[in-house]
Amino acid sequence: MSSSGELLFEQPSQDNLQVIFSGSWKLGEPLPSADDVRQKIESAGPIRQITFNTEKLGDWDSGLLTFLRKLWKYCSKSDIAVDSSGLPGGVRQLLELAAAVPEKKDARKSEGRMTFLSYLGDQTVLFFNGASELLAFIGEAVVAFLRLFQGKAQYRRTDLWLVMEACSGLALPIVALISFLVGMILAFIGAIQLALFGAEIYVADLVGIAMVRLMAAIMTGIVMAGRTGGAFAAQLGTMQVNQEIDALKTLGLSPIEFLVLPRMLALALLMPLLSLFANVMGILGGAVATITLPDVNIIQYFDQLVGAVSLWDLWIGIFSSAIFGVIVAVAGCMRGMQCGRSASAVGDAATSAVVTAIVGIIVATAIITIMTNVLGI
Amino acid sequence: MKQPEPHITVKDLTMAYGDFVVMRDLTFTINRGDVFIIMGGSGCGKSTMMTILIGLKPPAKGKVFYDDTDFWASEPDIRDQIIRRAGVMYQSGALWSSMTLAENVALPIETYTNLTPAEIRDTVELKMALVGLAGFEEFYPSEISGGMQKRAGIARAMALDPEVLFFDEPSAGLDPVSARRLDDLILQLSESLSTTMVVVTHELASIFAIGSNSVFLDASIRTMTATGNPSKLLAETQDPTLRLFLTRGEQT
Repeated sequence: MSSSGELLFEQPSQDNLQVIFSGSWKLGEPLPSADDVRQKIESAGPIRQITFNTEKLGDWDSGLLTFLRKLWKYCSKSDIAVDSSGLPGGVRQLLELAAAVPEKKDARKSEGRMTFLSYLGDQTVLFFNGASELLAFIGEAVVAFLRLFQGKAQYRRTDLWLVMEACSGLALPIVALISFLVGMILAFIGAIQLALFGAEIYVADLVGIAMVRLMAAIMTGIVMAGRTGGAFAAQLGTMQVNQEIDALKTLGLSPIEFLVLPRMLALALLMPLLSLFANVMGILGGAVATITLPDVNIIQYFDQLVGAVSLWDLWIGIFSSAIFGVIVAVAGCMRGMQCGRSASAVGDAATSAVVTAIVGIIVATAIITIMTNVLGI
Repeated sequence: MKQPEPHITVKDLTMAYGDFVVMRDLTFTINRGDVFIIMGGSGCGKSTMMTILIGLKPPAKGKVFYDDTDFWASEPDIRDQIIRRAGVMYQSGALWSSMTLAENVALPIETYTNLTPAEIRDTVELKMALVGLAGFEEFYPSEISGGMQKRAGIARAMALDPEVLFFDEPSAGLDPVSARRLDDLILQLSESLSTTMVVVTHELASIFAIGSNSVFLDASIRTMTATGNPSKLLAETQDPTLRLFLTRGEQT
């Protein structure tokens, strides 16, 4: 094995520098840098030409080429002629190939440092653009719904059924599990506190009202945001990447009516049903928890619960879940339709759909809670 | 010989992405019955040109006329009507992946005609047979090869008997024999249906085999440099870039 690359210099005449390569010049090995030559040139006086001697050069790869390219650039900048005849034929050809197409000056992306203010400005503009896109999307969706009620909307009934299946029956197990556990957790936590006052029976009120009025809808909404909203975004995003949405547009079909409408319709109709189911599971979860409580039995639990939960609670829960359904569908479909044309854009769309939906659900819950508080219901 | 009758006319068109101008000052005419090739090197804006012609992206400047109608100055529903009389085959087929091939071809027919389901089925079978895919009606797009997807894309584009058919790089990603078959199919359809065909491609073999008219987009100076029959262009052109392109860089 030959030793690693080294450089030697000779000065056959006053303005001529000969660079002598020896050893193996390979990437990953300790190699001299082009700066060494530069220093040599600067210290040697008025050099006008560089020649090469590669008789002792061993193996070489891109390590040698990058070195030479750097040297080349320096020489052309400081008006020094380079005589490449001393280099091996392969090296010369590769260097010529690399120099064959001149660098496109305006093609390289500029990476100028951004000041804080311009960053802030960019983000603000992005925020307002995002908000106006959201409004535009909601507007288009409303128009699509109006056309649906006029019987003019163009979509496939089978699509609607498929989406309805995906966000009802297929979602039952996960909704059941989550709401059962939430009901149980509420009961346990409540029981510990209420036991201090000897009022463990009010666990039934706690579980019943919390689940029926709020928690069932929220938990279903969040599960559906992750399960269905993300799936909507990924589906529509992939269709965008695959030009399937362009294909709809060039047929004069509105992607909003054809793709978004069935998804929104399905979620808005089915979320209340899912949330009713979650109510039942949550209350059952609470009932299971009461088994461990010494002072409450299951009969008392249900008796107390029926007395505590009013019809208003149920209506508010159902109303909220329908709103959450629309939020999940809008977030999923909007992010999908805005998707860029790459694989990572589809991933971003799915993530952003879930985040948007969950934020939307929490904000909507706050608004609904404040409204019911003001209305006294 | 019949007098050529303009079908699509492009006038002083500039296309741009934001501030970045892709092509400027494009003026050419696509006549009825032409197999019109939009050709040029990679990245010269051929596909962008097509997205403007089929109404997906507005031009930065200039006009596109379908017959005498100014396409981009028209109301959206007029544009929809015009574009409904066109069929588009996308580069990857762009078949709707949740539907079978038959459903893909049937959707435009269901949407825009009052045919009975039996009539629709017959029409779909005819279109599928025309592109050599008889028997594949119940397959999903993911179950067939790339070449078959493109042909299914053509069947869908032809579903409504369009007046003009657009093809985005029909032979890209196909083996030479499949590419040749697709060319033959385009020629046969053009002769028998007398549909105007607009083909975006840089495949020389296709260009000379099927093209009756063309426009050459030169990426280096960002405008068109020639329009006319590709074989004639090869024989007559003095422009070195176009010669280089049409001869695969072999003559200078």
